Amino acid sequence: MPKTDALQGSLDLLVLKILSRKPRLHGYGIMAAISERSGEVLRAEEGSLYPALHRMEEAGWIHAEWITKDTGRRARIYELTAAGKKQLAAEESRWQAVRSAVNRVLRTV
Amino acid sequence: MSLWSRIANVFRGDRLNREIDEELESHIAEAVEEGRDAEEARRALGRMAQHQQQSHDAHVIAWLDTLRADVIFGWRQLKRNKMTSLAAILSLALAIGACTSAFRLIDALLLRSLPVAHADRLYALSRQGIGFNGKFGAYDSWAYPVFTQMRDAARGQADLIAISWAVPTDVTYKTDQEMEKANLQYVSGSMFNIFGLQPALGRLFTASDDRTPHAEPYAVISYDYWTRRFARDPHVIGRVLHIGDNSFQIVGVSEKKFTGTEPGTFVDIFVPTMMHRHVNYPNSTWIRTLVLLQPGVAAEPLRQKLAAISQVFETNRLKGETGLSQETLRNVLDNEVLMKPAGTGVSWFKQDYNRALAALGVLVLMVLLIACANVANLMTAQAAARAREMALRVSVGAGRWRLVQMVLAESALLAFFASASGALFAWWSAPFVIGMINPPDNPVRLALPADWRVLGFGIALTIAVIVLFGLIPALRASSVKPASVLKGGEDPHSRRRVMHGMIALQVAFCFLVLFIAGLFVATFKRLSAQPMGFSAERLLMLETTSRPAQSQVYWDQIAERLRAMPGVERVAQAAWPLLGGTNWNDSISINGGPASTDLAYFLNVSPGWLDTMKIPLLGGRDFRNSDAYPNVAVVNETFAKKFLNDEHPVGRFFEKASDDGKRDRMEVVGLVRDAYYGDIHEPMLPVVFVPVHSTDSTGIFRPLDEETFIVRTTASNPLALASILRQQVPREGVQFHVSNIRTQEQIDQAQTVRERLLATLAFFFGAVALLLAGVGLYGVLNYSLLQREREFGIRLALGARAGDVAREVTARIFAAVSMGAVMGLGLGMTSTRYIASLLYQVKTTEVGVLAFPSLIILATALLAAVPAVIRALRIDPVAMLRAE
Repeated sequence: MPKTDALQGSLDLLVLKILSRKPRLHGYGIMAAISERSGEVLRAEEGSLYPALHRMEEAGWIHAEWITKDTGRRARIYELTAAGKKQLAAEESRWQAVRSAVNRVLRTV
Repeated sequence: MSLWSRIANVFRGDRLNREIDEELESHIAEAVEEGRDAEEARRALGRMAQHQQQSHDAHVIAWLDTLRADVIFGWRQLKRNKMTSLAAILSLALAIGACTSAFRLIDALLLRSLPVAHADRLYALSRQGIGFNGKFGAYDSWAYPVFTQMRDAARGQADLIAISWAVPTDVTYKTDQEMEKANLQYVSGSMFNIFGLQPALGRLFTASDDRTPHAEPYAVISYDYWTRRFARDPHVIGRVLHIGDNSFQIVGVSEKKFTGTEPGTFVDIFVPTMMHRHVNYPNSTWIRTLVLLQPGVAAEPLRQKLAAISQVFETNRLKGETGLSQETLRNVLDNEVLMKPAGTGVSWFKQDYNRALAALGVLVLMVLLIACANVANLMTAQAAARAREMALRVSVGAGRWRLVQMVLAESALLAFFASASGALFAWWSAPFVIGMINPPDNPVRLALPADWRVLGFGIALTIAVIVLFGLIPALRASSVKPASVLKGGEDPHSRRRVMHGMIALQVAFCFLVLFIAGLFVATFKRLSAQPMGFSAERLLMLETTSRPAQSQVYWDQIAERLRAMPGVERVAQAAWPLLGGTNWNDSISINGGPASTDLAYFLNVSPGWLDTMKIPLLGGRDFRNSDAYPNVAVVNETFAKKFLNDEHPVGRFFEKASDDGKRDRMEVVGLVRDAYYGDIHEPMLPVVFVPVHSTDSTGIFRPLDEETFIVRTTASNPLALASILRQQVPREGVQFHVSNIRTQEQIDQAQTVRERLLATLAFFFGAVALLLAGVGLYGVLNYSLLQREREFGIRLALGARAGDVAREVTARIFAAVSMGAVMGLGLGMTSTRYIASLLYQVKTTEVGVLAFPSLIILATALLAAVPAVIRALRIDPVAMLRAE
């Protein structure tokens, strides 16, 4: 539970960021990427990842399509849309603002 | 992805769920490839179903999705009870269709504004009071000279428009032998401009066409006539048409939307008022006066101003009038000038039919309410059957609103199907009803647009219907208490009370419909059975004109010609047919006394006319060939009673007082039995028959320009001879032309068109109402029985007598029926005040009129109860208790 708490509210940001670096990832790939990039510190809880993906898809930030992998299995892969890029910028600056605010608090106390 | 895709996803939910499943499965497969345990991965993914729901909700609009589910569920419910659903849909469809149809008619005739500019500021002038005929009424005919005075006085405050009634008129385009009928209307030239109408072709009249009497020989034809008669030929401009002795040049075609100012009639040809032969006559009233107020002008001061002008004009006109009694003159001068809104048009048809249509509207509304009550009972019964299901839904957490929505969705589905079929019915039935108003020479034409007004009414009606029959059952269904259902049933009485209330309402409405239908049918029967005083059988009327007027000698020769034809029994001549709509009246003076207040009615007839019409001679003799107007007269009984004190009228003298002061002394040579002259709804009129031969002061026969040949044929269908006889007439000379052929029976039937329409439709809706009420009764009885089957089974097992059980089954229902009948009677008694003018010699207190609906409803209730009672008596207690 503590691990997921750390992610609360920033899952969207992470997913968008990952997709901006590595487009055309499927759900499992995104999850794996978050875990890998954060040095295994952050883990997107698998249960909340998919509803979040579908929500962002409905919001028009990401676009999904079905592909057939070499193994013959179908997979649903995601990539960033133009609206998603804007959203990423907004989320990033919001995150920076929150982070510096939190840092200020930590420094002064 | 957008709102649209979310709406679309509602309708492809299965596929959506499959895709979500597949994606989650592929996630697990990835995990397994990475070397994780499948079970572990699945656990990590959490509760699949929940994710699926969350993901699904992200893709759709939630409320639309549940609505879709409800509609599908409702559809399954309807399919499960196919027969009842179908019956409910059909009865609702009929009722909704009839209501929409009635709305279309009422809207077209009474509510819809004329398609002219500023219809909201349009008024019509009329005079109300006792008229020249001694009857109280509103008279909206005006003489042209007073119109011009009023028009000039109102200048700056209002525009006044003179419009004659549209009348079917003989029109020729080439020679007299190719004569045809067209609805002709004389209008002020300024009318088109004031109404803001544009020409579809050529030009319209302007105020400059209102200047010179008899010198504006132009015609504007309507778009409809242009289409029908000329197939929209643009070369129609410049063509010449002849009406009587006048020729008119067609100068334009009016705007498509404008069919005239008389609802019920489409005008074909407009000509300027200047061309009417009575345009300068102060004594001839032949126009309606419409007033279009300028913005901001108050109506009442203008009305007073116009009333004053009318008063002065009438006083001057009637000064020195000797042809009318002093009382009549006083009454006429006391008439009040009214100015009433006329934005929806003015016509006789409208006056004659507004109440009839309103009455029909109420009848179909009653039928709709009965149908709604039926469906409400049906839904209530079904809700009872589904009480367990509802209880289960509540137990697993369904909210009350959710259940209401579910049941309402089913109702809405039902109403939707009913409205769709009802719309078809309305589309067909409104023109059908108008088609029934078809006097042979002048059928009614009413523009019946199916536009947003009708659509809006239909949608509003559908929603009202859903609320009426769906809301109560939905609320009841949603208020189930699971505990009481599981205990073996909630209070069954409350549900039955609602159903019995519905039954009482149904019976009340049904009683009202039957009561009114009975009144209309009785009116029609009495009118039809009314002895006319003559025999209409096998009588053919050849209404004939001659241009120029011809001496009586030639007219007599045509009669001879017709007499010689095979299949002809008798031929006579008259100025016009009885009951044909034309009349001629004047005051009577006895022994040089003052002119009478009561008027007598006149008709010129030839020798042998009485025989041909089979009007019995009671005394004296028929006319001879040597008799000539105005010396001799044959009078009817009413005349003898009213003017001659009924004492041996034959041989006595009286004087006819003409408007111009001339008095004609006549000797009564014959007395005949009463026969209807003008309108069979009214009492017998005093009638004077005078010779068709008319001599002037020098004793020479006056030429005549029109006459009607009355032919009694030997064949039962006189119309079979129509074309042969029609060809015979011009053989006497090309100036003779038959302008109209009708049978006397057609003329008689035209007298009762409205009553026939009302009787037919009221009978139909009465039957429908009865059927629906009967079905409703049966349904409720059956339901009550099902609920109490166990109870009756036990009673029968314990030795209850059949009669007691039957009484028990039906007692409450019959109480509801009686209550409904009493309510219906109250409604019926109140309603007759509004329909009294549509009835003829029918008293609402007559035993027959009251007994008819009571007995029919009682019989229906008994019939509906029979199956339930039989079923109750056949309950096998053993089998039933074992089944439990």
